[in-house]
Amino acid sequence: MLLALAAVPVLIAVAVRLSSAVPPGRGPAFLDQISQNGLFVGITAMLVAVPLFLPLTIGVVAGDTVAGEASLGTLRYLLAGPAGRGRLLLVKYAGAVLFAVAAPFTIALVGAGIGAVLFPVGPVTLLSGDSIGPAEAVGRLLLIAAYLAVSLVGLAAVGLFMSTLTDVPVGAMAATVVLAVVTQVADALPQLDWLHPWLFSHRWLDFADLLRQPVVWDSFAANALLQAGYVAVFGALAYARLATKDILS
Amino acid sequence: MTGVGPAAPTATAAGAAVPDAPPAELSIETRGLSKRFGRQLAVDGIDLAVPRGSVFGFLGPNGSGKTTTIRILLGLAAASGGSVRVLGREMPRQLRTVLPRVGALVEGPAFYPFLSGAANLQRFDAADPDAPARTRQARVRTALERVGLAHAADKKVRAYSLGMKQRLGIANALLAPRELLVLDEPTNGLDPQGTREVRHLVRSLAADGATVFVSSHLLAEVEQICTHAAIMSAGRLVAQGALAELRQAGQPGVRLVTPDPGAAAAVLARFGLTHDGGAPGSGTPGGAPGNASDGAVLRARLPAGPDTPAPETLVAALVAEGVRVRGFTVEQGSLEDRFVELTGEGFDVAQ
Repeated sequence: MLLALAAVPVLIAVAVRLSSAVPPGRGPAFLDQISQNGLFVGITAMLVAVPLFLPLTIGVVAGDTVAGEASLGTLRYLLAGPAGRGRLLLVKYAGAVLFAVAAPFTIALVGAGIGAVLFPVGPVTLLSGDSIGPAEAVGRLLLIAAYLAVSLVGLAAVGLFMSTLTDVPVGAMAATVVLAVVTQVADALPQLDWLHPWLFSHRWLDFADLLRQPVVWDSFAANALLQAGYVAVFGALAYARLATKDILS
Repeated sequence: MTGVGPAAPTATAAGAAVPDAPPAELSIETRGLSKRFGRQLAVDGIDLAVPRGSVFGFLGPNGSGKTTTIRILLGLAAASGGSVRVLGREMPRQLRTVLPRVGALVEGPAFYPFLSGAANLQRFDAADPDAPARTRQARVRTALERVGLAHAADKKVRAYSLGMKQRLGIANALLAPRELLVLDEPTNGLDPQGTREVRHLVRSLAADGATVFVSSHLLAEVEQICTHAAIMSAGRLVAQGALAELRQAGQPGVRLVTPDPGAAAAVLARFGLTHDGGAPGSGTPGGAPGNASDGAVLRARLPAGPDTPAPETLVAALVAEGVRVRGFTVEQGSLEDRFVELTGEGFDVAQ
C-alpha cells in the first residue's frame, strides 16, 4: 500500500517531465513550479493525495484491524490466548497509527527524491516571501508530512471503531472511506458552517502556516487537539464495543 | 442420569478468595448456564461438571449448543445467565489467570494464510502476555513435532491441507503446559492415521494429568478415548456422567432372526421382553437391515431387574416352541443407542 502511495509522486514527476511546460494556474497547486524546483513534487503529491488517496489507504488499514482478524477466525484464538481485549485494541491501533505516519512521509520523501532526480533543485520561496535553501525546504516538507500524519490519526480511530462493529473487513473499510469523503463534502457546504470545526477533515489542508517564516504553529496545535478528540471518543467507543462483543466468528 | 458425577465442591471453592486457590475437583463447572441470541435460547440452563483429570466427551447433534457453550467457557461470549468456573476460578472475571492454563481449539483452526505454520504459532503465543518470549521458538518446535508437522513448519499455511491445519490448530493448543484442553471436533478433516494420532495424543495428555474436554459428534471416537461424557440436545444437557454409566443406562436387548416371527414374539412376551417390533432398523440407527435373507429380524429389550432371563433360557424356550432360530445375539446398550434415544433420530437439526 505504501508502494501505491509512492507511485503518486512518481506519476506526477514523470508526467511533468514528459509534458511540455505546464501552464500556470491549471492542475493542482504548485504543479507549475515543479519543472523549476524538483522539491515541489513532494508537496504537490501530498496535496493531491489528501482528499481521497490517503484517507482510502488509512481506511483500508484501520478498517481491517479487528474485522480482518474476525473474518480469518484468528480473533478468537488471540483472545483465548489471552491477548486481552483492551491490549489487542491498543496494539491494533498502534499499527494503524504507524501506517498513518508512514504514508505521508513516504509520499514526501519519494516525491522529493524523484523531483531531485528529474528536475533542478533550488531555494524555495515561502508564502511569507522569505527564501530558504533546499535542505531547509526538505525540513518543511517533512513538517507537512507530520501535519498530515496527525490529521490521519483521528480517521484511524474512526476506522478502528468501524472495525469492531463487523466481521466483514470490507464493510469497515468502505464505511471509513465513505465517512472521510462525506465529511469533506459537508466541509465544503457553507450551510453547514456551524458543523465545520467539528469535522475531522476540516483542517486537513490547513498546513499553509508551516510554509511561513517563522513557522506559525497555531493550526498545527488546533489540528492536533481536534484529532486527539476524535481519538479519545472513537477509541472509547471501540473499546466499549469490543469489550462487550460476543466473538462468534 | 442428568447431573451424575462427583458432587460439586462449592463449599471449598467458594470460600477461596486467596489468589492461590486450592486445586478444584472439577476443571469445568457451570451452574444454570444460559445463552440467548435474540429470541432463541442456544444454551438452556446447563450444569456441566467436568472432573479434574478426566477425558470428557461433549456430545450433541449439530446445532445443539456445544460450540456456544465452549465459547462461553473460554470467555469469548458472555453468558446470558448462570455461572461458570474453569479450573476453580470464576469466568470471565478471572480470565487472565485462567486462560494461560487452557489450550483451545474452537470451531476449527484459523490461521493467517500468508504466514508459515511456525510463524502463526509464534504470533498466537505472543498474544499471551505471560508467555515467555525466550522459550517461544523451542516451544513452537516442540508443539509442531508433537503433532507431526515439523517438516512443514516453514511452509505457508495457505499450502496446508485441511488435516494439516487441524494438526496445527492442535499444536497451538499445546504451546504451553496446560491443565485443561478444550478441543472442539479435534479429528475433523483428519485421515485415519491422523485420527489415531489424535486419540493417542489425547491419552498421553490425560496421562500427564491434564483434563481434556472434547466436543464431538463422532460417537465411536468418544467411546474410544473418553472416561466421561455429556450429551446436549437443543441447548439442554440431557445426560452426563462416567462413560460406563451412560452406556449401561441403555438396557441390553436381544436380536433374533427367525422365519417364524409370530410364534417367537409370543415366547419373548412370556419372558417379559418388551417387543420393539420387527420394523426395519428399529433400535439400530445406522441402518441395520430389518429383514435378513433367512427370516424376519426381531428385537426386544431385556427387562431390567433380577429376574432377567438368561439368553440360553430364551433360546431353549424358543426352540421348544418350534421357532426356527437362525440367529440370536445379545446386544449391549451402546453409547450410540443412548445418544439417539436422548437426541432423537433423523436429520432434523435442532433449531
